[in-house]
Amino acid sequence: MNLAVGSAIQRSRLRLLSGNHACALGAIAAGCRFFAGYPITPSSEIAERMARELPKVDGVFIQMEDEIASLAAVIGASMGGVKAMTATSGPGFSLKQENLGYAAATEIPCVIVNVMRGGPSTGMPTRPAQGDLMQARWGSHGDYPVVVLTPASALEIYQQSVRAFEIAEVCRVPVILLYDQAVAQLTETVDLPDSESAARVERKWASGPRAAFQPYAAGVDGVPAMPRPGAGYRCHTTGLIHGESGFPTQAPEAVERNLTRLLTKLDQHRSRIDAWQALHCEDADVLVVALGISARAAARAVATCRERGVRAGLFRPITLWPFPEDALRQAAASARAVLVPELNAGQLRLEVERILGAEVAVAGLNRIDGNPIDPADIACRIVALAHPCASAKGIADTSARRGVTPR
Amino acid sequence: MIESAAAFDVRDYLRQEMMPHFLCPGCGHGIALRALLWALHELHIDKDRLAVVSGIGCAGRLSAYIDANTFHVTHGRPLAFATGLALARPDLTVVVITGDGDCLAIGGNHMIHACRRNLKLTCLMLNNEVYGMTGGQVSPTTSETRITTTTPWGNAEPHFDACALATAAGAGFVGREVTHHVPKLKELIKAGLEHPGFAFIEVMSDCTEIFGRKNELGSSPEMMLRQKSEIRPEAYRDTVDTPFRPKRLATGVLSRSERPEYGAAYRAHTKAVRAAGKGEA
Repeated sequence: MNLAVGSAIQRSRLRLLSGNHACALGAIAAGCRFFAGYPITPSSEIAERMARELPKVDGVFIQMEDEIASLAAVIGASMGGVKAMTATSGPGFSLKQENLGYAAATEIPCVIVNVMRGGPSTGMPTRPAQGDLMQARWGSHGDYPVVVLTPASALEIYQQSVRAFEIAEVCRVPVILLYDQAVAQLTETVDLPDSESAARVERKWASGPRAAFQPYAAGVDGVPAMPRPGAGYRCHTTGLIHGESGFPTQAPEAVERNLTRLLTKLDQHRSRIDAWQALHCEDADVLVVALGISARAAARAVATCRERGVRAGLFRPITLWPFPEDALRQAAASARAVLVPELNAGQLRLEVERILGAEVAVAGLNRIDGNPIDPADIACRIVALAHPCASAKGIADTSARRGVTPR
Repeated sequence: MIESAAAFDVRDYLRQEMMPHFLCPGCGHGIALRALLWALHELHIDKDRLAVVSGIGCAGRLSAYIDANTFHVTHGRPLAFATGLALARPDLTVVVITGDGDCLAIGGNHMIHACRRNLKLTCLMLNNEVYGMTGGQVSPTTSETRITTTTPWGNAEPHFDACALATAAGAGFVGREVTHHVPKLKELIKAGLEHPGFAFIEVMSDCTEIFGRKNELGSSPEMMLRQKSEIRPEAYRDTVDTPFRPKRLATGVLSRSERPEYGAAYRAHTKAVRAAGKGEA
């Protein structure tokens, strides 16, 4: 055996991983040392992998009594200063909404994975869907900040899992890792980044005088330094609207000042938060906007169309919320039509219409039968949008056969 | 006892900028808070390393008055938050303050599982038989026939015996005391804080303004005297054989077991996994 080859293989970080396993490994690499979860399809592999990995790195894994308790325990661990994560799917994500709002209001960093399955209600647990895009942004009551990342492959889930912790810690905001069952359970070859060399971002901890410390008085970056329990600050944390002191207030000026700071704090961190992929957008006549498994089908469709001389492009938000609005406008600069294929009744399309609707027609391609969208269906629609009067020669329209309901 | 009482100044443990507190005149929760702070004082627990987690309701608001690391969390969930905090930070003393509705109704699932795990936490459930903060609705511990805003013709539902529930679910330490007996309450809380596992302590606390008024139970001193006449220490197992509370309540330490504390057990278990080098990639 050639020893040089053998050691090269040993050094290789190639792994055969599903998205859910990549998610767990990314979290460990990012420094996550606490996981609390509850079994739910199709996210359970994340909990199972964390249960294996966390003891190796002196972390804590706990399976809680329900979905609500899982996020509560995660926030509790993060209150103690430990990077923490939970993972769930549709019904469980619904149950977590109140505590998600609590984490946003108290500015306690945490990462919540929501693997999207068919909904509503119990829905189709083993089938892919993209029906939680709006819930991820607006699911808890009141106005609050949240960051939602939507990776589309096992490698990207690993990368965005790392980034989710960075954003959560730096901005003191709950970050939701949102991906569909298809990319969650699709097993792919992943060239893992060197986890040891990954720069771990740490939370801004309070330092300096203990007396008269104001736990919610933020600096110029809009993010207050967090008092670590045991460091002598002895502060109060509450989900009631609080002033800079951390104690409840209903004084209108204090409420408005503190809520405004909370709701705008992400604005100055957009360069860290925003992420997207723009493929062939420079001269695109038809722009496809898609995420997750739908974006992978769209990328194939765009390539097919380009081969046939149709100028198609793809804009794929990797950060879904806050939506990379300026980047989308730029990507759509030359587009005469926009197509939004997605596994729901038209949620991403709503946001695209809000941004581009005044300049260009936005069409939907929606599949809600529990299957991913076929690249050919997307290609067919692209051609139809590019040449409204001509038929899509050479690309079979399978949408009628498949029961796809275009909007 | 008198000596240590003299040495204890409750103001050393209160956030005085938060005074006056918001409790109604005659409310028993302030007495329970004082007993807790007294117990913490006598055990020399460092305020910097004390974390108090509380839920929603009158009892939940108490954490804001304590000069420690305090967390006022979502309704019914303080035990779940505290579970994460205590597992992540075993160096902290974690105390949970909850009420009868917070702990036994919306938080009932977390309560029984906290008992089952036996993680080192001290849980004070202040039982005033009513949802006081929301205006006086029936709770899982409201006695039969009592009048509340949602049982205007008298409560027809049977009520929980929280201590029997905690014992059955496996809590390492279970006790009950009334706010009438402050030194005894303090001693019970001390014993709970010293217990290595999960300690569940039910404090019978009077809601005079809402529950007492509605049920014509008299003034605050009269309600407190009723605690003395109606709730007498008795041998626990002689009086409780159902999950429902008898009229005459057992007080004091009701059960205690030396089951393994979960946090230490988990850490030992995972240390063994690391030592054995299991699961290397």
